Amino acid sequence: MYSEKVMENFKHPKNQGEIKDADGIGEVGNPVCGDIMKITIKVKDDKIEDIKFKTFGCAAAIATSSMITELAKGKTLEEAKNITRKDVSDSLDGLPPIKEHCSNLASEGLNKAIDDYKMKKKE
Amino acid sequence: MTDKKTIYLDNSATTQVHPEIKDTILPYLEDLYGNPSSIHAKGQEVKKTIDNARKQVADLIGAKETEIIFTGSGTEANNLALKGIASKNKNKGNHIITTRIEHKSILNSARWLETEGFKVTYLNVDENGTVDINQLKEEIRPETILVSVMFANNEMGTIQPIKEIGEFLKGKGIYFHTDAVQAAGKIKINLKELNIDLLTLSGHKIHGPKGIGALYIRKGTEIDPMIHGGGQEKNIRSGTENVPGIVGLGKAAEIANKNLESNIEHLTNLGKKLEKGIFKEIPDLILNGHPDNRIPGNVNISFKYVEGESIMLMLDCEGICVSTGSACTSKSLKPSYVLDAMGKEIVFMHGSIRFSIGTFNTEEEIDTVIKTLPTIIKKLRALSPIYNKD
Ligand code: FES
Repeated sequence: MYSEKVMENFKHPKNQGEIKDADGIGEVGNPVCGDIMKITIKVKDDKIEDIKFKTFGCAAAIATSSMITELAKGKTLEEAKNITRKDVSDSLDGLPPIKEHCSNLASEGLNKAIDDYKMKKKE
Repeated sequence: MTDKKTIYLDNSATTQVHPEIKDTILPYLEDLYGNPSSIHAKGQEVKKTIDNARKQVADLIGAKETEIIFTGSGTEANNLALKGIASKNKNKGNHIITTRIEHKSILNSARWLETEGFKVTYLNVDENGTVDINQLKEEIRPETILVSVMFANNEMGTIQPIKEIGEFLKGKGIYFHTDAVQAAGKIKINLKELNIDLLTLSGHKIHGPKGIGALYIRKGTEIDPMIHGGGQEKNIRSGTENVPGIVGLGKAAEIANKNLESNIEHLTNLGKKLEKGIFKEIPDLILNGHPDNRIPGNVNISFKYVEGESIMLMLDCEGICVSTGSACTSKSLKPSYVLDAMGKEIVFMHGSIRFSIGTFNTEEEIDTVIKTLPTIIKKLRALSPIYNKD
C-alpha cells in the first residue's frame, strides 16, 4: 500500500522529538481522523536551524512529518512556508489517495510553528 | 520480510485452509466435475457428496441436514436472512431489531431495508460490548418480524446472550437470526438447546475455503429467495452448486466439530498467555470487550497514546499479522463503530489492536509477539506528542 520511501521514513523517522527552548511551536490536529502533530523549531538569521516533530498518527502521518522536517531544515522561513503538501508527498514517491490528508498535517504544523515564531518576535 | 516466518494472528479476518481440506477438495477440481442436478452418473456421484457435506455442517450446530442452505459467503447468508425474511413476512409487520455492532453485511442490509420502508431498531451495547437485553424487550412491537443478534462480535469477541434472547422470543411469532460466523468452531453451538430460526456460517473463518457460506433455516421458516434461477438449494438459493467449496466447508465443519473441545482449550490457553504477557510487559493499556465472556483466542487491546496502523505496520515488519480499529485504516476514516458503540474515547479506539488466535498458532509464536511488542510501543510512544511520561 505504501511506497518504500514512506515505509523507510516511517520505520526510521528523522528529527523526532521536541526542542526544549523552541522559538516556535506548531501543534495541529487532524479533523479527518483525529491525529495530532507537534513541530518545534529553532530559528537563527531567519533560517530554520533546527526542527523536530512528534506525531500521534498513522504511518503516512509519521513519514510526512519526518519528511517535512528534512525539507525545512536549513531553509529560510519564507522558503519553508512555501513547502507544499505536494512537495512532501512527491519526496515520498506519493501517498495512497486516502492518505493525502495526512500530509496536510505536516505542512500545517510547520506553518503554525513559523507563525508562532513570528508572533513571539513581534512581542 | 520473507526470511522471517509469518506469525498470523488475524484469524477473525480469515484462516489458513486446513491441509486435510485441500486433499478433500482436489478430486472435485479433477474427475468429479459433474453437475449435481444432472440425473446421469457423473452428476449423481457428486450429489452424494453434497448431501454428506450438508450433514457435516448440520452436525457442527446440532441441526438437521435438510435445514442447511449453501450460499456464496457469510455475507450472502446474512443478506438472505434479513432480506428473505423481511420480504416474505412484510404483510405481518415491518419492524426489525438488530444491534449497532453487527457485521457490515447485516447493518447494510438493514439500512437498505429501511429504504424499502422497513423500520429498524439498532440495539446498544454496554462497555463490554454485550447487547442490552432489556432494551430488546422494550423495543418489541406488534409489527416486529425479525430479531438478528450476532453470536459473538468479530472485533472484540464478546459473546451475546443468544440463549436468553431465544427464550424470550419463544412463542412470540418473531423470527430470530444469529450471525455465528465468528463463533463457529470456537464455541459449542447446539441448536437443540437454543431457540434460533436462522444461523449464518462461513467457510473461511473455520479453516475452510473462501467463497462458501451456509444459512441454517429452521424447518417451517417463511423465507423468500434472493437469488432466483434453476431452483437449487430448495429454491432458496439458485445457481449451480459450488461443489469444491461445499465439500471444503463440509470437511472444515467436520474437523471443527471433532476437535471442538481441544481447539477451545488451545485458543483459550494461548489467548490468556498473550493477554497476560502483554499486560505484564507494557503499561497504559485497556482490554476491549468482555473480560471473560469472549470467544477464546480473541484479544483486543488499546495501547494508549499511539495509533493502531503504526503498531500494525511495525508488527508487520516483524512478520506478525494483526488488525486494528483505528480510524486511519478504515475506508471511511472513522474509528471502529463497534468500539464507538461501546463508548470508548477516540484516543483509545485509535490505538486498538486485535490479536485473533487460530488453531495453527503455537506457544512459541505467542512468546515472540510478547517479546516484540514492547519495543514497538516504546518507539511509537516516544514519537507521540500526547505521551508525556519521559
Ligand atoms: S493520520 Fe490518520 S490517516 Fe493518516
